[in-house]
Amino acid sequence: MLTTIDHLNPPTGHMADNVVGFARALRAAGIPVGPGAVIDGLNALQAIEIGHRADVYATLEAVFVKRREHMLIFAQAFDLFFRAAEDWKHMLDSVPLPDHAKKKPPPASRRVQEALAQPSMREEAPQVQEQELRLSVSDKEILQKKDFAQMSAAEIAEVTRAIADMRLPQAELRTRRYQPDAKGLRLDMRRTLRSSLRTGGEIIDIRKLGRIDKPAPIVALLDISGSMSEYTRLFLHFLHAITDARKRVSVFLFGTRLTNVTRSLRARDPDEALASCSSSVEDWAGGTRIATSLHSFNKLWGRRVLGQGAIVLLISDGLEREADDKLAFEMDRLHRSCRRLIWLNPLLRYSAFEAKAQGIKMMLPHVDEFRPVHNLTSMEGLIEALSAAPPPHHISRIRPAA
Amino acid sequence: MTASALPTSVDGMLELLTSRGYLAERSLATVTYLSLRMGRPLFLEGEAGVGKTEIAKVLSAALGRKLIRLQCYEGLDVASAVYEWSSAAQMIAIRLAEAAGDTDRDQLSSDIFAERFLIKRPLLQALEPDVAGAPVLLIDELDRADEAFEAYLLEILSDFQVTIPEFGTIKAPQPPIVIITSNRTREIHDALKRRCLYHWVDYPDAERELAIVKSRVPGISAKLSQQVVRFVQALRDQDFYKSPGVAETIDWATALTELDARSLTPQVVGDTLGALLKYQDDIARMQGDTLQKVLKEATSD
Repeated sequence: MLTTIDHLNPPTGHMADNVVGFARALRAAGIPVGPGAVIDGLNALQAIEIGHRADVYATLEAVFVKRREHMLIFAQAFDLFFRAAEDWKHMLDSVPLPDHAKKKPPPASRRVQEALAQPSMREEAPQVQEQELRLSVSDKEILQKKDFAQMSAAEIAEVTRAIADMRLPQAELRTRRYQPDAKGLRLDMRRTLRSSLRTGGEIIDIRKLGRIDKPAPIVALLDISGSMSEYTRLFLHFLHAITDARKRVSVFLFGTRLTNVTRSLRARDPDEALASCSSSVEDWAGGTRIATSLHSFNKLWGRRVLGQGAIVLLISDGLEREADDKLAFEMDRLHRSCRRLIWLNPLLRYSAFEAKAQGIKMMLPHVDEFRPVHNLTSMEGLIEALSAAPPPHHISRIRPAA
Repeated sequence: MTASALPTSVDGMLELLTSRGYLAERSLATVTYLSLRMGRPLFLEGEAGVGKTEIAKVLSAALGRKLIRLQCYEGLDVASAVYEWSSAAQMIAIRLAEAAGDTDRDQLSSDIFAERFLIKRPLLQALEPDVAGAPVLLIDELDRADEAFEAYLLEILSDFQVTIPEFGTIKAPQPPIVIITSNRTREIHDALKRRCLYHWVDYPDAERELAIVKSRVPGISAKLSQQVVRFVQALRDQDFYKSPGVAETIDWATALTELDARSLTPQVVGDTLGALLKYQDDIARMQGDTLQKVLKEATSD
């Protein structure tokens, strides 16, 4: 954790410098604040009495924040930048930061702190470390609630940049809806007639309709058990990104129970989205009960979200102790109720991976594709797979271990 | 069909539905009554076969209103849901105008986009005035239509008017009674639900179901109807992929009376299980011991 903050500009006691510095900090934390807004902010501050912190807060927020999802970041940044200074007339800022390590920082705070820190003070972006594979279902040692505030600004920036570069698959499902299309196959009598009226009822050009293509809905089932905990955050980011870009994405988390977090992921800001996810999930990084979770998905949600030719991404390592016929049965049902079932397994990155675990053996016959997913490269591979023409349904293409 | 006034209380609504053989829960009668009073669409969601569509039919019959039904499906568009121009008739009109030597273009276009060339589909029909009072508009299985149609529907349900570019705006003098049903094969958008009164139609309890069977299956013996209802209620407690709805119960009771069954035996149940359970996995689970156990519970006095 960062405990000292050097501001981008040393405090001078001048309101203008402070506001400019504050605007820069906001920009670094991801809120677009242009020079025009800074001038507006200064004018607004001159119009009010700067005796009250709350008034200053409300004024600057009104000028700088244009979207609901930025409010949280603004609040954090404001608190850090203008700490509880007694004398608001000076807007001084020289008290060291309180030690945040003792209490759990709220989401986004790490991002804001890094934005406020000097560039030289910033840590290098932590590399995604390949940790040892845990083959046992973890016990209570693991934190029950993961804190997404620990995600560094650099990491977020890297992931979002990479994800922004990913060309998300579009237009892969023919819908039954038509739109004007010169190359279309269907005659549009209505428009043809209307255009014929210009020539006194003589039909000269034929208007046509073609089918509209739309991306297929995606349903992601994400395993958040202990053995998957290193990947969970990364996946959620990925899912958040595709939720943003595609309209029809449903996301479910399962450990010992199944939770639908589709709505939580709709918030625009990743920090906010992930925080709201983690608060809605009870069994963060406990054990796994894949069969039970799949059963409740099939029973409660399958018919509700698998219509319209959905693609299912099952993200799990398949390490289930109690694998029996029930697991195979539920996998089969899931497979038969969606258009395409893609199993993403981070264990596949080990070259020596073999489907030895009972659960994996049970599940493999029922998937259309089996892919590794543990870093940005494999996510890009997944995007490609989603963009490619779907393979013939129900012919499993199991990749042999390399 | 006799037109009757709108009920003035929840009890009145209950009576109205009961008089037509629809034995509704009080909560459903309440929400139906409110939707009539407030002029808000009624949004009914629930498992298949619990009587969602039925209530619209019963309402229209009891109130003496016309029932207009729009069955939704994927790709449902304006042409099949709202209106369409009859191109063939228009082309004939153009040719006739030519033959008569009319060359006034503006006159021609106003002539061929007249109301007589308009083919009215259910949603437009529902906006038309009716001597018996505003019709009952049943939008069935909205979840099968796509989001684009839902957005369009939102517009119609808020103003009860349709704008046809070549023709003008048609507004309902009196908004229809709208009932929307959904089987939840897809979640309906919040914006649409917000405009409606929402009700989840659940399976009835044993007592109500028994009353329903008795009123819907005339000639069924008291003993058999009781066993049938007990058996079905026990099935719903099992963890089936698709539990039988009320419609299935009525079907099954009818099937049993057709076969002259006096009471449930393993043989008869095994032969007619297809009227109740519609998934092979579920039927397979209902063999042997499970069947015996449920049957024993249902037939014990």
